[in-house]
Amino acid sequence: MLSVLVFLPLVGAAVLAAARRLPDGVARWTWVGISVADLGIVVGLWIAYRTPPDGGLAFVEQVRWLPSVGSSYHVGVDGLSLPLLALTTVVFAACAVYALAERTRPRTQAALFCFLQTTCLGVFVAQDLILFFLFFDLSIVAMYFVIAGWGHGVTAARSALKFFLYTFFGSLALLVGFIGLYLAADPHTFDIPALIAAAPLQGSGAVGGLVLAAVLVGLAVKTPTFPFHTWLPPAHTDAPAIGSAVLAGVLLKLGTYGFVRIAMPMLPDAWRAWAGVVVAVGVVSVLYGALVALAQSNVKRMIAYTSVNHMGYVVLAVGAAGVVTGTDAAARQVAVSGAVTQMVSHGLITGALFLLAGVLHRRAGSYEFADFGGLAGPAPRFAGFLAVAAFASLGLPGFSGFIAEFQVFTGSIGATGWAALALPGILITAALFLRAIQRLLTGAPGPKSAGFADLRPVELLSAGPLLVLAVVIGIVPRFLLEVIEPAADVVVSLVGR
Amino acid sequence: MVSQAALVAAVLLPATAGVVLCLLGSDGRRPAAVAVAVAVVDLVLAVVVALARPVVSVPFLAGADFALAVDGLAALVLPAVAAVTLFVLVFAGGDIGGATGRFFGLMLLFSAAVTVTVTATTLPTLLVAWEVMGATSYALIGFRWHRPEDVAAGGTAFLTTRLADLGLYAAAAAALAGSAGWALADLPAASGIWLHVAAGGVLVAALGKAAQLPFSFWLSRAMQGPSPVSALLHSAAMVAMGGFLLLRTAPLLAAAGWAAQVAAWAGAVTAVLVGLVAVAQRDLKQLLAASTAAQLGFVVLAAGVSAVAGGTAHLIAHAATKALLFLAAGAWLSALGTRELAALRGVGRRWPLVGGCAGVGAVTLAGVPPLSLWATKDEVLAAARETSLPLYLTGLVGAVLSAAYAAKVLRVVLAPAPVGVQDRYDRQERGTRRVGWAERWPMVPLAGAASVLSVLALPPVGSAVRRVLGDTTSPTADWTSLLLSGVVSVAVVVLVLWRGAPRLGWAVGWLGLEGAAHRVVVGPVLALAQQLARFDDRVVDAGVRAAASSVLAAGRWAARFDDRALDRAVDGTARGGVRLAGVTARVDGAGIDRAVQSIARGARGLGTLARRPQTGQLHQYYAQVVIVLTAAAALAAVSVLFVFGG
Repeated sequence: MLSVLVFLPLVGAAVLAAARRLPDGVARWTWVGISVADLGIVVGLWIAYRTPPDGGLAFVEQVRWLPSVGSSYHVGVDGLSLPLLALTTVVFAACAVYALAERTRPRTQAALFCFLQTTCLGVFVAQDLILFFLFFDLSIVAMYFVIAGWGHGVTAARSALKFFLYTFFGSLALLVGFIGLYLAADPHTFDIPALIAAAPLQGSGAVGGLVLAAVLVGLAVKTPTFPFHTWLPPAHTDAPAIGSAVLAGVLLKLGTYGFVRIAMPMLPDAWRAWAGVVVAVGVVSVLYGALVALAQSNVKRMIAYTSVNHMGYVVLAVGAAGVVTGTDAAARQVAVSGAVTQMVSHGLITGALFLLAGVLHRRAGSYEFADFGGLAGPAPRFAGFLAVAAFASLGLPGFSGFIAEFQVFTGSIGATGWAALALPGILITAALFLRAIQRLLTGAPGPKSAGFADLRPVELLSAGPLLVLAVVIGIVPRFLLEVIEPAADVVVSLVGR
Repeated sequence: MVSQAALVAAVLLPATAGVVLCLLGSDGRRPAAVAVAVAVVDLVLAVVVALARPVVSVPFLAGADFALAVDGLAALVLPAVAAVTLFVLVFAGGDIGGATGRFFGLMLLFSAAVTVTVTATTLPTLLVAWEVMGATSYALIGFRWHRPEDVAAGGTAFLTTRLADLGLYAAAAAALAGSAGWALADLPAASGIWLHVAAGGVLVAALGKAAQLPFSFWLSRAMQGPSPVSALLHSAAMVAMGGFLLLRTAPLLAAAGWAAQVAAWAGAVTAVLVGLVAVAQRDLKQLLAASTAAQLGFVVLAAGVSAVAGGTAHLIAHAATKALLFLAAGAWLSALGTRELAALRGVGRRWPLVGGCAGVGAVTLAGVPPLSLWATKDEVLAAARETSLPLYLTGLVGAVLSAAYAAKVLRVVLAPAPVGVQDRYDRQERGTRRVGWAERWPMVPLAGAASVLSVLALPPVGSAVRRVLGDTTSPTADWTSLLLSGVVSVAVVVLVLWRGAPRLGWAVGWLGLEGAAHRVVVGPVLALAQQLARFDDRVVDAGVRAAASSVLAAGRWAARFDDRALDRAVDGTARGGVRLAGVTARVDGAGIDRAVQSIARGARGLGTLARRPQTGQLHQYYAQVVIVLTAAAALAAVSVLFVFGG
C-alpha cells in the first residue's frame, strides 16, 4: 500500500506529462483527483496503523534492488514518518485546490507537482539510505523547476539556481555521511533499520563525529538552520504561492526528519557528544530567525524567516534530546515528541500563510507591507484567515503550534537549562505577526488596497482546511500524539545507548 | 455525571457560540441576544457546578490531561465572574454598534477561557486558557480596527502580558524537570532549584496579567478599547485572573519562600504607586484602570501572605464594583463623547440612576463602611500585619489612596454641571446624548453586589467562605481595625470632596513605564533586528553569493561548452583528439621521468594508506557506484522534466 501511495502521483505525473492535448481544466481537476486519492490512502493507513512493537515499522515492503551494494527497495512507516506522510498529502491537496485558478501551463505544473509529491512521500517511507537519497535529491530537482518555471519576479531563475545549488551541495554532504555509515557497517549496508540496530560508529570517536558532521551539514542546509539559511528567503520570495507552501510545508521537513530518522538513532554517541552544538544552533536559529523576520518589509520574506525560527525549535528539541547526563528521560521524550509535532504544525500553518500571501500577489502583484493597509475593510474573510493563521503561527493555544512549542520548550528546558535562552523567540514571533496584521489589515488603506477582492472559494478551500487541521490538533491532539509519542520514546532510548 | 456535563457545557457552550458568531460575522442586534442568552445559561451552569463540584479530565499531552475541577476557590469565583459577564453583555447590547457578531463572539470566547482558567488543575490547561484570554483581549481592544491607535494598544497589551506569560512556559518546564508533574497542586513538590523556577515563573505571569508593577502600563493603553471590554476584561475578569492565579498557587509561593514575599511586596507597592497614578488622573477610564491595578495589588498581597479568603473576597467584591464603574464610564462616554473628569461634572444629575449606581461604586471603592471593599481589604491587611509591619503600613497607605481616587470619581457624580461644560463634550468620540435601558439596568444589581459583598469577609458568611476555601488559619480583621479604617476612609473622602485631590503631575503618565519599556526593550530589539537583517544580507549571504556566482560562472562556462559540443560534435571530437594527442606528446617529451617518479611515490603513499583500512579497494568502488547511480537518477529526472516543460 505504501508503494501505491508513493507512486500514484508519479503515474499521474506521467499521464499528465504525456497527454499533451489534455484541456487545462481537465488537467487541473486530474491533479486534484490524484492528490485527494492519495490523501484518502493516507487516511486509510492512519486508521489501520497500530504502533508496531519494539520500535519496528508498519506496512513494510522490501524488494531486492541493488544487492551488490547492500541496498534494497525497503519502505515502511512508524510514528515519526506517518504524520509527515499525512502532512505531505494534505499540503499537496491544498495546493492542488489552490491551483485550480492557475493560468500558466497548468498541465505541466500539475505533472511537476505530482512528481514532487512522489519524491517527498518517498523520502518519508524510505528505509534505505540510497532510496532516501534518491528521493531527497529528486525533490530538489523538481522544486528547482517549480521556482524557475512558475516563479514571479525577474530574479526567479537566479533564486531557483541558488536554491538548487545550495541544497544540492547540502545533499552531497549528506551523501558523504551516508557512505561513511555504509562503510562502517559490517556487513556493509544502506538499510536504515539495520544501520540503526548496528549503530556502526559507536565508540569510534572522531570518525563518528566526522560522519555526523557531514550528515548534520547536509540536513542543516535543508532545514535550514543558521547560518545555512540564506537560500530560503529568495526562493520563497520568487516561488509561486503553491511552490512556497510545498517548500516550507513539506521540503523543509525532509531536513528535520533526517535528524530523527538517521542522525540521532544511527550515531547516538556522536549525537550526544555534539548535542551542545546542536542546541546552540537551535537557539541561535530561533532568535536570529525571529529578529531578522521582525525587520522585513516584504510579507513573504518575513514568513520565510519565521520558518528559520520555527525549524529552530525543532533543532533545539532534537539537540536537547541528546543531553543525556543528569536529565530525565521523560523530558527528552517530550522534546522529541514536540519536535515531530512542530514539523506537522509548521507544515500546516506556514503552508496556509504562504497560500494567503499568494493572494496578495494574485490581487496586487506585491508582497510589500507598504503597499497595503486596512485590508480588513474590502476583504474581511482574507483578514480573518490571515489573522487566524498569524496567531496560529505565533503559537497561540488552541492551534497546533502551541502543542508543539509547549512540548519543545518544556522538554528542552527540562533537559538543558540553556534551552530557556530561546524563550524570547515566541515573544518576538508574536511581535512580528502583530506588526504584520497591523500593517496589512488595519488602519488606513494603502496604495494597493483599493478594490482588493476577498477570498474566492478556491482560496478558502485550500488555506481553510490547513487551518482547520491546525485547530483540530490544537484542541484534541491525542490522535496525533498517540502516534508520535511511542516513536519519540524509541528515538530517545536509541540516542541514550 | 450531570455536573460534569454542566462543567463541560459551561466551557463549550460559550466557546462554540463565540466561534460561530465570529465566523458568521453578522451585525445588528441578534448577536447580542445570542450572547446574553448564552451568558444566562452560563450563569446557571456556574451555580450548578459551584454546588456540585465536578471534576472533568480528557487526555491532552503526555503526563498532563486537559483537566478541570471546581474546588472551593472556583466555586466562589466562577458564579461571580459569570454574573459580571452577563451584566456587561447586556450593557454591551445597548452600547456596541457595527460588527456585533465579531464583538460578542470574542466576548463569549473570552468568557469560556475564563471558566477554564478558574477551573484548570494542570499547567497546560491553565496556559491554554491564559493565552486565549490574552488573544481575545488583543482582538477586543483593537475591535475598531480602522483606528491604528486601538490596534497598537491591543498589541502593547498582548505583547506585555505574553512577555510575562513566558514565566508559565518556564514554570511548566521546571515542573517537568523537577519531577513534580504538571498538576498545579503538585508544583510545590518540584525538587531543588526547579521549585524556585516554577514559583518565579508563575509569579511573573500573574503580575503581568494583573497589571502589577512593572507591567502596569499595558492596562493604561488597553483603555483605548470599548468600555464593555474594559469592564469585563480589564477589571473584573482577565486582569483579576492574575490575582486569582496567585491565590490558586499560594502554597507554591509559600514553599519557595522568597516568591511569597516578592508577591506581597509587589502587590503592596503597586497599591501605593499605581494608587498615586490613579489619584493623578484626569481621565475617568485611566483613573479606573489605575485603580484596578492598585486594587488587585491587595489581592496579590493577600496571596503573598497566604490570606486566600481575604484575597478571594476582595477579588469578587472588586469585580462587581469596578465593572459597575466602568459601565458607568462607558455609558457617559457613549452619551457625551468624553472621559475627562472635568467635562463629566454634573453627569450624575443628568442620569440619576447611573449617577446613583456610580456613586455607590465610588463609595465602595473608597472603602467606606459597610460596603464591600471596606471589609475585604481589611481582611487582607490583617494578614499583612501578622507578616510584617512595614508591609502592613504600605498596604494602609494604599487603602488611604483608594479613598482619595474614589472620592475624585464621587466628586464628579455629585457636582452640579458647571456652565459651558457642553463645550467639552465629544472630544473622544461623538456622543449620542442618551443612556439606553440596556445600558442602565445592569448597573443596579452590580451596585447591590458592591454594597453587600462585605459579608464575604464578615462573620457568619465570612467564616463559611473560609471553610469553603480551606483557609482557616489566616488572621482576620478585628472590629477595632475595621472601625479605624472606616473612619480613615470617610475622612479622606470628605477631605477630597471638600478640598480636591492633589494634582501629582509626575504620576499622570503612569510613572513613565511605557516609555521606559520602549527605551529599554522595544527600541533596542527593533534596532537589533534591523542590524541582524543587514548582517544576514551583507555578511551571511555575501559569502554564499560569492560561492554561488563562481558556480554560476562555471555553469555558464559549462553551458557554452555544451553548446559548442552539440553544435560541432564531430569537429569538436576530432579537434579534441588531436589536442589531446599534442598534450600527451608534450608531456611525454618534457617531464616523463619526473612524472614517473612522482607517480611511483604517490602510489607508494597510497598503498600505505590503502593497507590501513582493510576495505580500501572496495569502498572506492562502492562510493563510485553510489555517485553514478545518483547522477543517473538525477539526469533521468531532469530529462523527464525537460520533456514535461516542452
